[in-house]
Amino acid sequence: MVDNNRFIVSHAPFWHDGSRISTRNYNIALAALPAILLGIIYYGMPAVGVVSLSISSAIIWEFAFCRITKCSVTIGDGSAAIIGMIFGMLLPATAPWWLIIIGTFVAIIIGKQIYGGIGANPFNPVVVAIAIVMISWRDVFDFNEALMNYDFDFAMVYPLAALKHFGVSAVDSFSMGDLLMGKQSGGIGSTFGLGLIAGGIYLIVRGIIRWEISLSFLAGIFITALIFNLNDSARYAGPAIHLFTGYTLIGAFFLATEDSSSPVNFIPMLIYGASAGLLTVLIRNIGVYVDGVIFAILIMNLVNPLLDKIHPKAIGRVA
Amino acid sequence: MIKRSFIGLLKPQFECGSIKDTPSLKQIPTSKEITLLSNCPFDKKKLLFKKKAPVKTGQKLLLYKESDEYIVSSVTGQVSSISSYIGDFGQSYTAIAIEVADEEEMDDEFKSAAGGSQNATLETVKNYLAFAPGNPPVKLFTDKDKPINTIVVCCADSDLLITTNQYIVQSDIDAIKNGISILKTATGINDIIMVASQSQMHEVSATGEKVNQVNDTYPSALPPLIMKDMLGKVVPAGKNPEDIGVCFISAEAVASIGNAFNSGQIPVTKILTLVKKDGSKSLVSARIGTPASDIFKAFNITLSENDRIIFGGPMTGSCVYSEDHPVQPDTDAIIVQDKDDIPVISDYPCTNCGDCIRVCPANIQINLLVRFLETGQYQEAADQYDLYSCIECGLCSYVCVSGMPIFQYIRVAKYELDRANTAEATNG
Repeated sequence: MVDNNRFIVSHAPFWHDGSRISTRNYNIALAALPAILLGIIYYGMPAVGVVSLSISSAIIWEFAFCRITKCSVTIGDGSAAIIGMIFGMLLPATAPWWLIIIGTFVAIIIGKQIYGGIGANPFNPVVVAIAIVMISWRDVFDFNEALMNYDFDFAMVYPLAALKHFGVSAVDSFSMGDLLMGKQSGGIGSTFGLGLIAGGIYLIVRGIIRWEISLSFLAGIFITALIFNLNDSARYAGPAIHLFTGYTLIGAFFLATEDSSSPVNFIPMLIYGASAGLLTVLIRNIGVYVDGVIFAILIMNLVNPLLDKIHPKAIGRVA
Repeated sequence: MIKRSFIGLLKPQFECGSIKDTPSLKQIPTSKEITLLSNCPFDKKKLLFKKKAPVKTGQKLLLYKESDEYIVSSVTGQVSSISSYIGDFGQSYTAIAIEVADEEEMDDEFKSAAGGSQNATLETVKNYLAFAPGNPPVKLFTDKDKPINTIVVCCADSDLLITTNQYIVQSDIDAIKNGISILKTATGINDIIMVASQSQMHEVSATGEKVNQVNDTYPSALPPLIMKDMLGKVVPAGKNPEDIGVCFISAEAVASIGNAFNSGQIPVTKILTLVKKDGSKSLVSARIGTPASDIFKAFNITLSENDRIIFGGPMTGSCVYSEDHPVQPDTDAIIVQDKDDIPVISDYPCTNCGDCIRVCPANIQINLLVRFLETGQYQEAADQYDLYSCIECGLCSYVCVSGMPIFQYIRVAKYELDRANTAEATNG
């Protein structure tokens, strides 16, 4: 048998649905854009600076790590860009440049690469990074203080801090519509509720993030906050405040849903989301921290492998 | 190729295309030389016939001393070469090439041995029809260790794009009917279950046998899922349906048996679907052993460097190295893929997105399994992560965002474990 042509000989299946990690990540970036844009409209060039530096430094850290460890360079998959982008969204527009660079270092190197890169990280890299910089430089994340110099037509108050320090009456002035439209103090990309929800729905419809996690996270927050509120409405704010302030929405659609650190089975996803929601409100209401989303997600990342042990039995399995 | 839809919330759904009106069947003229592959390894010393041995159409050729392996020549001519051929996973075959003579002569050994459908015996079926189109699983019927008590006749096609069984149900239901009655007499098994898709229900019901309707979506027509959904018997992991007394046979194989006894000739033409580069399908009838290149010639298909030729369906088939690879009794489709349509396989790690988990019909924790398979820890994969529950549908690789060859990892793992176990058993 003499052939002139050499053929590709590979294994089944011979079809692929065409999905790609890079496509997924660029879609996440697209979904995050509305929230960032509003942040940029409010805070102007400093916000552009923070987000740009965050994205670019994350990519550079990843590139440097790949070069130093002599691995193939993986910046093309968009994972580093997404980490930088979401990290930037959580920061106030006044975040200093060194903090951003340290933060993306923590996210890329300590959060992701030392475990073996994409897919191997036990925690969401962004959440690890933000937790570390938040504990290390608390002042930067005191949104009221950080954004003091901005003067808008709305009350420039970080609702969760007001709630913590001054009680429920301090947040009475926030209307639902204002909160959803980002008329509150906070991170660059974490205040525009409507934009985050729209982005989240887009990602859910595209099958990039799982509705089970997002919805159960929000439901967990809603129910826990409601229980607190019903118990003592003078001390604990209602569920709406918890749902639309702080990192709740960005957490529900962009942080908790990270592939590698979240479960994949149906029931574990529900438990994971609901527990993260529950922990969030517990930390907010009775913990010392103003916002609990970050720590709640970190803790649930830790439990994730255990949760995924709950799965349907494979067919034909005897034991 | 079916791509992921914009709305990715749902699982991919593959409708197994049904053929509406009986499509035209293109006959491929007999080639100058055909090649038959037998499952046993090449062993020159034990060969029972030599080069230049004359053969007739439908003649049974025993291959080796002390073995009952045989092939059935699909043409008249003389043996031009006997050689070794190594297929997927190192499976060795004996390849017998036959040069075709001008005059065709029919062999009548089967006619005298069979003597008509009333006298059909299991012995005759076993001795003459193992190489018939559709590969009737004759050995399973005669295995004393694993008695069969149910025969499932699969009228739906198991992989996508394939329409062989559908065509036979539409065009030759009488042969299937005849084949079933022969199977009943020969094997003494009366529990026959027909499995048909919705569009086939009308024709298949006419056989008078019990008919179960199978879903039109892939992979419903794969034997382990038919066992689970239709028969309510779950095949234990690592076992085959025949281990629990169920034998699967394709409609084509049943029709081959029916036709063989009816005409006194062992059928030698295979019906297969040819899928061209542009995705259009044609039904082809070719002698078993016809090189694929002759089929391509008949359809004016030209192949270029780095294209891909697939024997079998797009999810479970296998690639061949040469365009002269011959059509075998179980070749249900030949797919030609242009080099630009070949999806890229990557060495990216699993990102734990969970798409495979949601698509897996066997509920395997593929995200965990694949981590063990990647590092070659096959025994752990089998013990803890349900390697042997895999029904080999290929959907996990199809949806993998990282582009990992998960299905191939699974097959390699099964193959390696099998090899290790065989070695252990042999060495005591």
